[in-house]
Amino acid sequence: MALTKEKIINSIYYQVGLSKSQSRAVVESLLEIMKRTLENGENILISGFGKFEVKKKSARRGRNPQTTEDLQLRARRVVVFKTSGVLRNKINQSL
Amino acid sequence: MNKSQLIEALAKEENLPLKKAEEVVNTVFGDMEKALVRGERVEIRGFGSFKVKHYDGYKGRNPKTGEVIDVAPKKLPFFKVGKELKERADVEY
Repeated sequence: MALTKEKIINSIYYQVGLSKSQSRAVVESLLEIMKRTLENGENILISGFGKFEVKKKSARRGRNPQTTEDLQLRARRVVVFKTSGVLRNKINQSL
Repeated sequence: MNKSQLIEALAKEENLPLKKAEEVVNTVFGDMEKALVRGERVEIRGFGSFKVKHYDGYKGRNPKTGEVIDVAPKKLPFFKVGKELKERADVEY
């Protein structure tokens, strides 16, 4: 079963001891702060977990693989995640 | 922004004591970490999802010396950015 926002909200409720509605509000708020930070082009580093980075991709010529039509892809910004070595080791311990 | 700055920002925005904000941030990333260690997916609508990909071992080569080496099987988390974050991050620059 996948970990969802609902389950995280429940964890906050049981472990941090905030009310249910406050637990929901803080989780939404945390996610919003992270989205806003990345939107502003700033990276987020969570030590022991990983790093969310905003990368600039320059414009390039692409092709629609279905129609083989050439097209110009504009410059974009994308969010990438790099797993911390600590987390990577923990995940591989169960191998 | 690092974790302590994220904690401060959350405390300020939600009027929480720093200690509580820290517990919230640690619980959120702790839950995600536990799920990934168990091999479970993490799915946060609007932000993104993580899943653990398995890579088989293979025979590789040290590009410098040409020596054949065994690369062990490994698992790596893979993050797929959610629709909302993807659109918001992709501003003109």
